[in-house]
Amino acid sequence: MKILLKGIEFDDNVSVAGYQSRGGYESFRKALSMSPDSVVDEVKKSGLRGRGGAGFPTGIKWSFFIPRKTEKPIYLIINADESEPGTFKDRLIMERNPHLLLEGILCGAWALQAQKTFIYIRGEYAYPYTVMKQAIKECYEKGLLGQNILGSGFSHDVIIHRGAGAYICGEETALMNSLEGKKGQPRLKPPFPAGYGLYGMPTNINNVETICNIPFIVQNGGDAYFKIGVEKSSGTKLISASGHIKKPGIYEVEMGYPLLDFINNECGGMLEGRKIKCIIPGGSSTPVMTGEELVGVNLDYESMRLAGSSLGCAGFMVLDDTADMVEVLLNLTKFYAHESCGQCTPCREGGHWIEKIVQRIADGQGRPEDIALIQSVCGQIAGHTICAFGDTMVMPYQSILKKFASEFEAKISLNPNSLVAKSKRLAVLQENQL
Amino acid sequence: MSINLSSEALVRVEELKNYYPSKKSAVMPLLQLVQEELGKISEEGILWVAEQVEMSPVHVRELVTFYSMYTTKERGQYHFQVCRTLSCAVMGEGSKKICQAIEKRCDVKEKAVSANGLWSFEQVECLGSCGTGPMCEINDTYFENLTTEKITEIINLIEQEKPDLKFSTKKDALGSGLKNYSPSAVYTKE
Repeated sequence: MKILLKGIEFDDNVSVAGYQSRGGYESFRKALSMSPDSVVDEVKKSGLRGRGGAGFPTGIKWSFFIPRKTEKPIYLIINADESEPGTFKDRLIMERNPHLLLEGILCGAWALQAQKTFIYIRGEYAYPYTVMKQAIKECYEKGLLGQNILGSGFSHDVIIHRGAGAYICGEETALMNSLEGKKGQPRLKPPFPAGYGLYGMPTNINNVETICNIPFIVQNGGDAYFKIGVEKSSGTKLISASGHIKKPGIYEVEMGYPLLDFINNECGGMLEGRKIKCIIPGGSSTPVMTGEELVGVNLDYESMRLAGSSLGCAGFMVLDDTADMVEVLLNLTKFYAHESCGQCTPCREGGHWIEKIVQRIADGQGRPEDIALIQSVCGQIAGHTICAFGDTMVMPYQSILKKFASEFEAKISLNPNSLVAKSKRLAVLQENQL
Repeated sequence: MSINLSSEALVRVEELKNYYPSKKSAVMPLLQLVQEELGKISEEGILWVAEQVEMSPVHVRELVTFYSMYTTKERGQYHFQVCRTLSCAVMGEGSKKICQAIEKRCDVKEKAVSANGLWSFEQVECLGSCGTGPMCEINDTYFENLTTEKITEIINLIEQEKPDLKFSTKKDALGSGLKNYSPSAVYTKE
């Protein structure tokens, strides 16, 4: 079943003509023949959930704009600031299927009666940016964007904006601030973007992959989409697979596909003679799952949640038994310490504290109390910050420490200094008692 | 405040200022443009951009330090950014080996420029190329599925060909690139 990767094998897919030769822009024509409200209804029926990580139902998000009472322009933002470690799916869509994204945008813009769309693409994606820019230019030339599109009376503009290397700009309100020319630091919510978003206008934000599902839903109806996948997670999902597997890459699977089958079939299994140790399933900001925990788990939001983790944006990082979990945790702490936007103290300071502690464990200077210390700092970060960055940062930390505690303890116990220090402290205590 | 920009760039500046609903939104592409033209964002560059978008200089300065793609220091003609995040660190030979190979071949230390001004190098966070790790971005072009052998070969080729690996905001396009290397390997036909 190919919805999102349809046509990517053809090089001419990046042109309007090539895309149209495979049925492209037919969905948008159909959307124009429907009322905007009925497009929203179809999306609601489809059960489509946001693919950026949170899994919020897209149809419900769109229905915040009904009844259409506002006199202000409505903006649509496409979040293409794909920076979650382990995730590279949107890049493939933009490089090989840019018109699917633009058709999704047009359908969405019609449904929301949006005036402008802003695509926020991460700065490092220079090549996908050039492909998108070219595709947008061609759409303007062919009358698919601009004034009075296809003679319908509907007008729409697409603005594409490059980021400049800040992970936090993937957070929706940080993204809006960045677009407005400010530092990419998240805003307090409420007010929510649907009421007060970009430039203070009602704004809807969708991930690239989410909006790319819309043409299929418009074309085939919400019910047809709902039948794909499983009940609470309909449709297909792009999985970005990386790590110690034979065939890393991007795969489109139906929701509900067994996780182990995915690793063994699509990914070609583990590298020769290696055993699966753990996976970080949803991009680095999700709890780690050990090899044993993967049995019976399926690739959908509910199943992953029941297994104690999250599908997130499906950036699968598969690690085998050669992985040193102290090094893995150190790698992640460096990422989050660097990427904290610096707005809230717990996240800005705590991230660096944890990095320092893990660094000393990795250097063989760990102290027996360090694991508890990290856990305590994690507890002080989660829930105490403006955005979800702090919460998502501690999720992999806490789960790695819990599930691989023995590796950390083993490394700490090898530190002679810490034992010496401990006995010295004990001696001082005893002396004082005497 | 005036800085030395090409006439082509100045045309682009006016376009960018009118591209967004608000002039202030053009601050990021303008900083990008200044960096491309002058190799770094100097204090003069900050003042000039601030004037163009009608923002206070301190606000623009704040952006330059906030976003990691902007630099206030001169870089080498070819700037290596090696991804050090998890997937790239564990796949293949791992990113550490790639860094060592660059340091050795180019005789350059991290966050410094080589004596001949050709190379500079730093480690960065995830570049969205996890399935094709380890990888490295040279100027604005991705080089993926690296091995120590392959990165050394790429450096040799760069030295011979002196390709344009930069993204140009003026043309909205990547440079000609290295011969026989496609700009992206995220999708490979089997």
